[in-house]
Amino acid sequence: MLLENNLLNFLLVMLQELGLTAILIVLLFAKLMEGEKTSPMLYPLVMVLLLGHVLISFDGNTTGMLFSGMYVNTPLIGMEKGILGLGTLLICLQAGTWLKNHKHSTEFIMLLIATLMGMDYLLSAGNLLMFYLALELSTIPLAALCNFDLEKRRSSESAMKLILSSAFSSGILLFGISMLYGATGSLNFIEISRSFMGTEMEMLALIFIFSGFAFKIAVVPFHFWTADVYEGAPIPVTAFLSVISKGAMIFALTTMLYKVFGAYAAMWYNILFVASAITMTLGNLFAMRQMNIKRFLAFSSITQAGYLLLGLSGASAEGATSVVYFMLVYIFSNLGAFGVLALVSAATGKEEIHDFKGFYKNNPVLSWVFALSLFSLAGIPPTAGFFGKLFLITAGASRFNMPFLVIAALNMVISLFYYLKVVRAMLVEQQDEPLPTIAVPFYARIALVVCVAGVLLTGFFGQIYEYIHTLSLGF
Amino acid sequence: MNLTLLLLVPLSTALGIILLRDVKHIRLMAAIGSICQLGLAIKLLLAYQTARLLGDTSQMLFQFKYAWYPSLGIQWHFGVDGISIAMILLTAIVVVAGILFSWKMSFQGKEFFLLLVLLSMGAYGFFISLDLFSLFFFLELAVIPKYLLIAIWGSGKKEYSATKLALMLMGGSALVLVGFLGMYEYAGKTFDMLQLAQAHLPLEVQKLLFPFVFMGFGVFTAIFPFHTWAPDGHSSAPTAASMFLAGISMKLGGYGALRMAVYLMPEAAQYYSPLIIILASIAILYGAFATMMQKDLKYINAYSSVSHCGFVILGIGMLTRTSVTGAVLQMFSHGLMTALFFAAIGMLYERSHTRQIGELGGLMKTMPFISCVMFIAGLCSLGLPGFSGFVAEMTVFMGSWENADTFHRVATIIACASIVVTAVYILRALGASLLGPIKNEHFNHLADATWNEKIASALLIVSIMALGFAPFWLNNLITPDATLIIHALGK
Repeated sequence: MLLENNLLNFLLVMLQELGLTAILIVLLFAKLMEGEKTSPMLYPLVMVLLLGHVLISFDGNTTGMLFSGMYVNTPLIGMEKGILGLGTLLICLQAGTWLKNHKHSTEFIMLLIATLMGMDYLLSAGNLLMFYLALELSTIPLAALCNFDLEKRRSSESAMKLILSSAFSSGILLFGISMLYGATGSLNFIEISRSFMGTEMEMLALIFIFSGFAFKIAVVPFHFWTADVYEGAPIPVTAFLSVISKGAMIFALTTMLYKVFGAYAAMWYNILFVASAITMTLGNLFAMRQMNIKRFLAFSSITQAGYLLLGLSGASAEGATSVVYFMLVYIFSNLGAFGVLALVSAATGKEEIHDFKGFYKNNPVLSWVFALSLFSLAGIPPTAGFFGKLFLITAGASRFNMPFLVIAALNMVISLFYYLKVVRAMLVEQQDEPLPTIAVPFYARIALVVCVAGVLLTGFFGQIYEYIHTLSLGF
Repeated sequence: MNLTLLLLVPLSTALGIILLRDVKHIRLMAAIGSICQLGLAIKLLLAYQTARLLGDTSQMLFQFKYAWYPSLGIQWHFGVDGISIAMILLTAIVVVAGILFSWKMSFQGKEFFLLLVLLSMGAYGFFISLDLFSLFFFLELAVIPKYLLIAIWGSGKKEYSATKLALMLMGGSALVLVGFLGMYEYAGKTFDMLQLAQAHLPLEVQKLLFPFVFMGFGVFTAIFPFHTWAPDGHSSAPTAASMFLAGISMKLGGYGALRMAVYLMPEAAQYYSPLIIILASIAILYGAFATMMQKDLKYINAYSSVSHCGFVILGIGMLTRTSVTGAVLQMFSHGLMTALFFAAIGMLYERSHTRQIGELGGLMKTMPFISCVMFIAGLCSLGLPGFSGFVAEMTVFMGSWENADTFHRVATIIACASIVVTAVYILRALGASLLGPIKNEHFNHLADATWNEKIASALLIVSIMALGFAPFWLNNLITPDATLIIHALGK
């Protein structure tokens, strides 16, 4: 009886990860069985399964602890996993066009889902060992994904850079973890947070661990790998890196700072302040000069990371809520932009800003989708990005750091400048031979419709924010 | 009366425009929507006056509340008083006129009318919002339509002007945002304007936040030294966009500065009042003298707008009941007059293809109607009695004169002196472009105004005269609320 109960409990608490494992097994068998061609039913089947995974994540019932605190699931963490799953689903839908001509489409989805699973475990980690294990599980398939444009040298270069920088940052993180273990004598998050003594070693551990995270989230000055990796990787992978991967790390950082290092809030607030201000400003300044849209979006995502840190600095339920909410919105806006880019790139191979001149002439709807996504990234109403960004700033304002607020507000102006540059190229400028009309396949269309609906509607339904807020109260 | 209607009408117009295909249907849709909105505005005015006559003394009427983000203290909170009704009426009139003036817009007509409607929706929402968050939402909602209207349909160095305008206005709203968030934190997590007014922020906080809010809104109303977007933006924009920009958008700034800065932070307003007056005086004089140097009709009106909006800031900075009433009157009057002026310039330019005064001349002979419209706009601009400009400027001056010390007196005299400069540049420009011999052979064959232009001009002229001859109806609407703002100062 007890055993049965335990098993049921185990299944329920780890439902999301187990679900992903099931999808992986399906894919694995499908790969083994397939002959010359992949079955046409496989792709829709996986999408439906993934959708199921997303739906069970949003109901917020999965709560519990397994393996004596190694694995923790709370409603908020469940929600975070749902958001990441939704993003992955959208990326899979968008990748359809590009995958059609690819020899290894099944492997692509498999790797993507393996990464997602690693991230889910990362979010649920309640122990430093589990944390590190999950981190590696999510990183290694990602490097393989970067290399997925098998014929392109840039793609391999990108994978190499990602591997090296990830290994380096993992090393730093591990160093911090070992210090933390040395200082507190425990690997369990809760026990660590209870046994802080205020020694230098603990502070050093905080700095090292934060630096490791900063690498993964691409916080200035740990951002150098970002632009090259983003540019070289295939577009769906770039999208994944800039949205899902970043989101998972920022969620994990939230747990780390609020739960483990809660006692050091005064210290990490200052770290976040400096890191966020520098990241926003430099990300913006670099983004202004980019001509390639992928690089441009890479730097814009660095800036967004700065805003995320700002929201995080406003410790409390508001901080966590605004970060989760912003990630939800960011998935819609950034994947809207990447979705259009993926279509254009798959059809014509063009990725430069000046290629988009006169885009409106033949592709009015796609232009508006792209423009709305960019407005959302810039935080212009009525798009959801406006709300997301404003809530981050509001959360950050709770400590009333005026210089911080002014820097954040003025950076919104700078970022508008370069987002408008792309919008201007599409809607205003002309060229003799603008891009031809681009066909939008069924799956990509679903993804874009979801993104646009998310961008336009999320902000008007305050209930979404309130729901996340109620979940995060018990965080 | 339900204030959400004021948002629903533009919203449904916009949706209708998205669904329609033929540009003829689209412009009809836009016109019908804007006329309905004008009807609503007039109905609102009447309902408001009835409610006041019946003895409703609450500060804001027709309030509507809906908790939007309860945990953050954000809500949809609408309500109007006399000042906001005046602004709504102004917006409605200018929008109808603007849409009628762009009747012939054929290049990407769908997008054009859609953006015009969105722009007006931002203004309506701004004027009825009593919650700073939704107010900010509507303030920023209008930025992108402005940018696209200028960048796509503009003339001259349109991309430069559009980018400059968007960035400067965005910068202004960034400052406003900082001020709002500061108030929000200090007043205990509320964005509600009425609650903030009761919160009585400490003087130190007010001193810190006032400049952000006031200067942020100041950018919108082209306060010196943040006026540089205005001449470029106005002159590059297509006719309807110029009308909206100068007629409506600049008023967002004046209204915001009065409501959010002066009313919510009265002690700081008193503290900074001399500085505001100095900036306003500089804007008035600088604008007037800069206009003297201009050769392009649109630049003339754009720089004179800087000067005229200086009167708004001056009236607010003087902090007396009469001067604040004058500032609101000036916003109303300037909105109508400058819209008319830009419309007349647009009509001229469309036909003669030049806006340079040196190349125009003698147009009164070939285009009597358009020239008359331009004369009326010009005379109103220089403050001739019988037009709205006189009423508004006179009220500002009288209110300013109530401050009896030397500093205020000197500032008032300087501001009054600018009227002479205004008369010089207006009369010179009108004389050179409309009177005298015809300079260019092809001017002889130009057609006069069409029916839509005549209706739109008549609408604006009637409104200007209505205020010029019978200012009391607007004055009585505004004064009680201006008094309330001044009472908050403890005067």
